[in-house]
Amino acid sequence: MNWTLAIPEIVLAGIGMATLMFGVLRKQDSTAMATMFTIGGYLIAALLVLTRTGGFGFHGQFVSDAFSAFNQILILSGAALASIMALDWNRSQGIGRFEFPVLMLLSTVGMMIMAGASNLMTLYLGLELMSLALYVLAAFARDDLRSSEAGLKYFVLSGLASGLLLYGISLVYGFSGTMDMASLHDLLMKPESVSPGLVVGIVFVLVGLAFKVSAVPFHMWTPDVYEGAPTSVTVFFATAPKVAAMALLLRVMGTSFASLAGAWQMLVVIVSIASMLLGAFAAIGQTSIKRLMAYSSIGHMGYALIGLAVATAAGVRGTLVYMVIYVFMTAGTFGCILAMRRKGRAVEKIADLSGLAANDPMLAMALAVFMFSLAGIPLMSGFFAKLYIFLAAVQGGLWTLAVVGVLTSVVGAFYYIRIVKIMYFDAPAERFDPRPASLSFVVAVTGLFTGFFFLFPAPVVAAAQAAASVLFR
Amino acid sequence: MNAAINAAGFPILSLITWLPLAGCLVIMLVRGDEQTIASNAKWTALWTSLLVFVLSLVLWVRFDPSEPGFQFNEHVAWLPEYKVAYSMGVDGISVLFVLLSTVLTPICILASWESIHTRVREFMISFLILETMMVGMFAATDFVVFYMFFEGVLIPMYLIIGVWGGPRRVYAAVKFFLFTLTGSVLMLLALIAMWVHAGTTDIAVLMHTVFPPGMQGWLFLALFASFAVKVPMWPVHTWLPDAHVEAPTAGSVILAGVLLKMGAYGFLRFSVPMLPEAAAYYAPFIFTLSVVAVIYTSLVALAQEDMKKLIAYSSIAHMGVVTIGIFTFNIQGISGALFQMLSHGVVSAALFLIVGVVYDRIHSREIARYGGLADRMPAYALVFMLFMMASVGLPGTAGFVGEFLVIVGSLQVNFWLALLGGMGMILGAAYSLYLYRRVIFGRITKDDLRNILDLSPREWAVFAPLIVLTLWMGIYPSSFTSFFDASVGAMVQQHTAALAATTKLAGILH
Repeated sequence: MNWTLAIPEIVLAGIGMATLMFGVLRKQDSTAMATMFTIGGYLIAALLVLTRTGGFGFHGQFVSDAFSAFNQILILSGAALASIMALDWNRSQGIGRFEFPVLMLLSTVGMMIMAGASNLMTLYLGLELMSLALYVLAAFARDDLRSSEAGLKYFVLSGLASGLLLYGISLVYGFSGTMDMASLHDLLMKPESVSPGLVVGIVFVLVGLAFKVSAVPFHMWTPDVYEGAPTSVTVFFATAPKVAAMALLLRVMGTSFASLAGAWQMLVVIVSIASMLLGAFAAIGQTSIKRLMAYSSIGHMGYALIGLAVATAAGVRGTLVYMVIYVFMTAGTFGCILAMRRKGRAVEKIADLSGLAANDPMLAMALAVFMFSLAGIPLMSGFFAKLYIFLAAVQGGLWTLAVVGVLTSVVGAFYYIRIVKIMYFDAPAERFDPRPASLSFVVAVTGLFTGFFFLFPAPVVAAAQAAASVLFR
Repeated sequence: MNAAINAAGFPILSLITWLPLAGCLVIMLVRGDEQTIASNAKWTALWTSLLVFVLSLVLWVRFDPSEPGFQFNEHVAWLPEYKVAYSMGVDGISVLFVLLSTVLTPICILASWESIHTRVREFMISFLILETMMVGMFAATDFVVFYMFFEGVLIPMYLIIGVWGGPRRVYAAVKFFLFTLTGSVLMLLALIAMWVHAGTTDIAVLMHTVFPPGMQGWLFLALFASFAVKVPMWPVHTWLPDAHVEAPTAGSVILAGVLLKMGAYGFLRFSVPMLPEAAAYYAPFIFTLSVVAVIYTSLVALAQEDMKKLIAYSSIAHMGVVTIGIFTFNIQGISGALFQMLSHGVVSAALFLIVGVVYDRIHSREIARYGGLADRMPAYALVFMLFMMASVGLPGTAGFVGEFLVIVGSLQVNFWLALLGGMGMILGAAYSLYLYRRVIFGRITKDDLRNILDLSPREWAVFAPLIVLTLWMGIYPSSFTSFFDASVGAMVQQHTAALAATTKLAGILH
């Protein structure tokens, strides 16, 4: 049985329940305390993940290996950063309720299960746990029309994607007789056991997961949900769930269907190219920085998918490094966006950043670092993300992906440096409200990571290497 | 490996590279009102850059000119699993460019002493970061490290043009950024392809790696995209006049003095030694573009109304001579190209400073706005004359040696190439003297020019080192050529050997 492998998830879920009870029973405002509890929970879970032994649990339903640990740590970091940033913002926007951190935590439990799933059923359970909590979070500002719309939109489209995924899983099960990823891998090594129905099933699984990472053409929900949801939720959407979904995609394709790479590789290539192109060109015309970040995230998922398209351990390593760097720079960017408040009201137009360098040099410098990093300019971490991805692409001989990748990154650079231009070259607008310390903390941590990653890239790369070696064997 | 390795006994190149960043840190910590910050930032930046310059003199003194390989080597494992190391070193080709960067930076800081009024602290920080990037780029002996510095230059330069530039600065800054970035990302692909093929990014190893001819063509074109934009070669030069015109004086100086050399340096460091067959194959193509650049941009320069734009176009023409020299693949041509790069680094930098002097006083760069300055500013007229003549290529000044060697080198390749390339000198004399006549001679007709002041002591301090260098390079060039003779000789020999091997192989196959 070996249920001890799931202790981090169990403990985290337990802390979630306890926080929920605490919030209900306590009379006065308990949001801050609840947030502290959940952040403590993330820390404990991270420690438990690091000390956990490897192996399979729950009769092969659940796996603990370097790959799951890597992604779970990343998910927990993303969730912790998002929780810290949400605290002050929610209070100021009148949505500071203790359910918020609890929902975030439950969704994180779902993501951890996703990263540790070794059975298509476990995978689906984790995915649904994550998604249900995310639906509620998207609509958390329930008196706000846009937030409710975002929640509903996300719910409907995500429900559709879950349906497709489930349908794909059932096809795979129907044509192969197993849902266990390791058995699927062994089974599919034999060419005679591959049937067209199974391949159709794989395509459905791929589509369902592509929706979750918001890759083109399944990205439609992203800009609206990013824009409509409260910004504290958008931060969360942009970081941890992306990691979990990408981990899942890598895991399913890298173990169960690794031997069929020839069948699905082309599909990933197309999705990746489409995402990079759309992310680069659609972002140019945006006026809302949240929408811009939505398109930016679509583009970045396109780059990350290059690693999967290569279908080798080196490619997976590239994707994992990409995700680490992506989480930190995105969290930092949103930290800066959350600081965009005037007289207590959140503003989110790009033009509102005008002349920020004169009003708040530190914030402007941090945002400039994130923008140059998102554009992939060297010395910033974003360059290394792209370097490893393109290295994998060239090694795999996928020249089209590499060329499209570098050219779209130039187009992308155009709108990232436009933000730098607005901050540094334009006339100062009205000042923003003073930043809360929590935001300064997150922006500083992520900014230092992004700006000084080049000094110590080896540990992250080595960890990603260890994690990637589990797949595509 | 040789005895000259780390002759200084400590990582001198890293020190020169990273010391400016330490200066940035000090400037960031300065507190006080705006006036104090501005003055402290200026002084810190000046002292830091002077200290860097003094340290870089160690290279000048301790460099062993007889050794063609890299010296002062440093090597620290950085991405061990990919065999990428933070490795630094200079050979005869790069050592003088490191010095050029360290000479020009304090001059630029001094030149912007009174012309930068807003956000002085940020300006000085950008400039010191720029120095780190420039020196690091010339000193890198690992392709990945080189690439990082090469592209890292974009960020400070983008800010310098965009924040402290003229009226159309935003357009110019964005154009500069996107043009160079487009080229650079293609170089990134070439870099990765070479990395995957050779299994290392060590430049010294890559120079002796044989790339299959089919691959070389693509690699060459990808590198060409990057370096040609940087040089800049016709027809991808259009960003340069805009950037120069809009940039503040110091920005123009560093752009013309060092940044333009990065492209030509890239050709010399990567395209020619690593891809000999492709370089030979594409040489006529490069010659054509260069000759067009020399003649066309010289003619364009003749028609300019704006002083900075005129000098910007003349830079493109001069760099055309450099690219001709590089692709002659003989000792005279390559030495001439190197010398021309150095002299252009000094002379064009000085010319932009010359424009800066009157711009600071009158706030106009229009040629028609001036006239008759010789009356009021005799010293200025003299200095202007010296650099103008050096730019034309008068014997005895820095400009002559490079152009002469390039013409000698190109004569060995093709008579018409030498003739058309040499046209640059004639046309150069035309637009330079025409400019000089309109600005300096004639009668003073504008009222505000009647009270214009001659060079101030600070400006003398800015020009003095450049005057000395210009004359020194013109009168006794061997103190500079001796640095790169061995390296250029080795490069030409290796290039010839590589081509001979291919020809022989082709002979066997037939």
